[in-house]
Amino acid sequence: MGTNNQITATALITGIGLIGLVACGTDSGTGENSDGGSKKTVTLVTHDSFAASKSVLNSFEKQTGYKVRVLKNGDAGQAVNQAVLSKGNPQGDVFFGVDNTLLSRALDNGIFAPYRAKGLSDVRDDVQLDKGKNRVTPVDTGDICVNYDKKYFADKKLAPPASLADLAKPQYKNLLVTENAATSSPGLGFLLASTAQYGDSGWQGYWRKLKDNGVKVVDGWEQAYNEEFSGSAGGKKAGGDRPLVVSYASSPPVEVLYADPKPKQAPTGVASGTCFRQIEFAGLLDGAANEKGGKALIDFLVGKEFQQDMPLKMFVNPVTEGVQVPELYRKYDGTAKNPKTVPPKKIADNREAWVKSWTSLVVK
Amino acid sequence: MVVPLVFFAMFFAYPVAAIVGRGLRPGAGWQFGRIRDVLGQPDILDVLWFTTWQALASTALTLLVALPGAYVFARFDFPGKQVLRALVTVPFVLPTVVVGTAFLSLLGRGGLLDELWGVRLDTTVWAILLAHVFFNYAVVVRTVGGLWSQLDPRQEEAARMLGASRLTAWRKVTLPALGPAVAAASLMVFLFTFTSFGIVQILGGPAFSTLEVEIYRQTAQLLDLPTAAVLTLVQFVAVGSILAVHAWTVRRRESALRLVDAAQTARRPRGVGQWALLSTVLATIAVLLVLPLAVLVRRSLDGPDGFGFAYFRALTSADGGAFLVAPIESIGNSLRYAAAATAIALVIGALAAAALSRPGGHSRSRPSAVDRLVRGFDALLMLPLGVSAVTVGFGFLISLDHPPLDLRASWILVPLAQALVGVPFVVRTMLPVLRAVDGRLREAAAVLGASPLRAWREVDLPMVRRSLLVAAGFAFAVSLGEFGATVFIARPDNPTLPVAVSRLLGRAGDLNYGQAMALSTVLMVVCAASLLLLERARPRTDGVSGAVDRAGEF
Repeated sequence: MGTNNQITATALITGIGLIGLVACGTDSGTGENSDGGSKKTVTLVTHDSFAASKSVLNSFEKQTGYKVRVLKNGDAGQAVNQAVLSKGNPQGDVFFGVDNTLLSRALDNGIFAPYRAKGLSDVRDDVQLDKGKNRVTPVDTGDICVNYDKKYFADKKLAPPASLADLAKPQYKNLLVTENAATSSPGLGFLLASTAQYGDSGWQGYWRKLKDNGVKVVDGWEQAYNEEFSGSAGGKKAGGDRPLVVSYASSPPVEVLYADPKPKQAPTGVASGTCFRQIEFAGLLDGAANEKGGKALIDFLVGKEFQQDMPLKMFVNPVTEGVQVPELYRKYDGTAKNPKTVPPKKIADNREAWVKSWTSLVVK
Repeated sequence: MVVPLVFFAMFFAYPVAAIVGRGLRPGAGWQFGRIRDVLGQPDILDVLWFTTWQALASTALTLLVALPGAYVFARFDFPGKQVLRALVTVPFVLPTVVVGTAFLSLLGRGGLLDELWGVRLDTTVWAILLAHVFFNYAVVVRTVGGLWSQLDPRQEEAARMLGASRLTAWRKVTLPALGPAVAAASLMVFLFTFTSFGIVQILGGPAFSTLEVEIYRQTAQLLDLPTAAVLTLVQFVAVGSILAVHAWTVRRRESALRLVDAAQTARRPRGVGQWALLSTVLATIAVLLVLPLAVLVRRSLDGPDGFGFAYFRALTSADGGAFLVAPIESIGNSLRYAAAATAIALVIGALAAAALSRPGGHSRSRPSAVDRLVRGFDALLMLPLGVSAVTVGFGFLISLDHPPLDLRASWILVPLAQALVGVPFVVRTMLPVLRAVDGRLREAAAVLGASPLRAWREVDLPMVRRSLLVAAGFAFAVSLGEFGATVFIARPDNPTLPVAVSRLLGRAGDLNYGQAMALSTVLMVVCAASLLLLERARPRTDGVSGAVDRAGEF
């Protein structure tokens, strides 16, 4: 049968072609790393929210001779889990983006090789959660806080809430929207804030009150902020009708930064007593192909240049002493004053149980 | 057949087996006891129950809404029909991140229903069901309508001449002929809604969870691989059964029907009844399908200084912050990825279709063991449509991690994953055409002295060229909109359109939101354009038109 031969021949040719294609992919993919010889590339594995100015990354290249390749792995939780799964045979050299709520999972699985970053002594003491062992290096902090729609509260001549306790009061009934603590990191942060405030025995009672007070839970930040919240640009267009939302302390400055023309006042504010502090870390991946380059990159992440660039790229706060937050942050409260914290060990021990009991309490 | 088999083994079966194996065999021994543990949890049983009934309800509702549409597209001629047929297919290839938000604004507060009757459906199961109709309308219209348009109306007329009432004639003649197509379409809709992910997350809120959502949660968020593995197996069995039934109905559909050229069966509607039906269908399409898309476009134009293209212009500047490059470049990325994915899907799909259509491959009288194997392979190719993206994505990570196949950080992984989803569409499009090619033509060519290559070029190629184009168009559109698998794969920072949209939506600020809407609009237009081109490629008069006209069936 001529056709069968024909098909076999075509199959053979395409097969070879495909393997060639795949091989090309491998080459251009891992670059010169796989040669073993010249290790000119350093690969940063991170989550989708990572951002840096091109000029800053170019400056790293100039200083060290290494080219940075950024590999993004979805949201923060997913990125950490992927790093855990590829333990010992990592996708890159440095992982950035594990925060204090997931830190124990990364450390217990031993995905990092210890390295003390140059310039670590300049990093603020309160964020050094792995002091002495140096498996991870703190890079930034962010605050998860309730945001409010300024116009709504001005129109109603109502004072915006200031604390967690306020949110359960009758004048704020049916105003708050938050995220699913099981799948969203601001949702989890807000739950952790309540456990920090009310303790192991009291937080469930607090959430019962919140539920009676009409808290709405949606699955992710995008829906909560862009659809339900009446104060955000997206929410205004979508007709959002909840003037309180769980978001970040940096959200008001971001609303200003990405508005055109820039308003004199941020349209939203932060309820200062509702904040939970997130700390993000970077670490040298155990088994990194380019260990030297990885170390240089970690040094760079806590260096002044990168730290200065961060606030207006990733909307987080610097951790290195002497680095000023931008004026935008000072003007619109981009940083929380007295955020709540929970030790990573305590989070690790209780996270699942807390989320489970929160789910059956609030969602079901 | 070897190449597609190796492809599927390497980029589908192996990664999925690896991640499921990791879950069920964490240490030295297999832990099959986990299966009973997981299936014994009331939460999991709730998820299973909800997954099943919402899929059943979605399928029923989709059929109810879309069957009149299938009839109208099959039997009526009206201006703009081709454009409209492309348009109703756009939702099918759009990613849910894009549409979910637009849909929300229709069903949620301040939406159409809210303004008219004060009804809000967000975070109710109704929102999920309606969105499923929105996404799967085209499946029914294309599968059922495609066949309907080729049924000879004279058969029904003959029955009526013999004294049957209109209803009886329809029931006895048309319905049995359509039955298998309706069944096949239902099963496809059931498959897509059974494995629904984004829609359930966005529109249902945290209170609703399908099996697919639960697998994502257990894998990507909780890293509970054993539970995820058990759930993956459960989904596997369910999807496998759906596909087995589907393969069976597809075969039945290919039984001898008298098919005619679709162009001859459609005519202008006549009488009040037919015009009313046409208007009802058009109104349904306008409200259910066009309106959500229009909301998206409207928001993309609704800039800070009134209506205009401010957000579109912003896409070209690189200082947005969310990316190293201007967001507009994600269009180029998407097109490149989709082109590579289409090439892979075409090669794999065409080879698979060629193998499946070989003479004797579908003899119904006495299926041999080989035939059964071939049929099994047919169903196997569809399996990626029903296996969760997170399972495939995480499977890639732990299975393709050794040289020479250390592809985890390679760009090729994205088109490979997209091709997995594209191949079934290529196979479904090409198979009927290849089967319709008369083998005797090739033999005749050979007898007349043509070399096999020449025979293929002169006989096969002209007949399959069009279906190849159609298949390419569909694979391309599906790859453009693919979000699930892409987001679970590590990517060097060159986001595809859907990934860029979701990243822009992940940031506060007017400009980011506006750009997300503008990019979504761009994605929609690109998808619509490739589908329109596909409509043009539909043949009109050549010999195998009947078979090609069923292109785009699922």
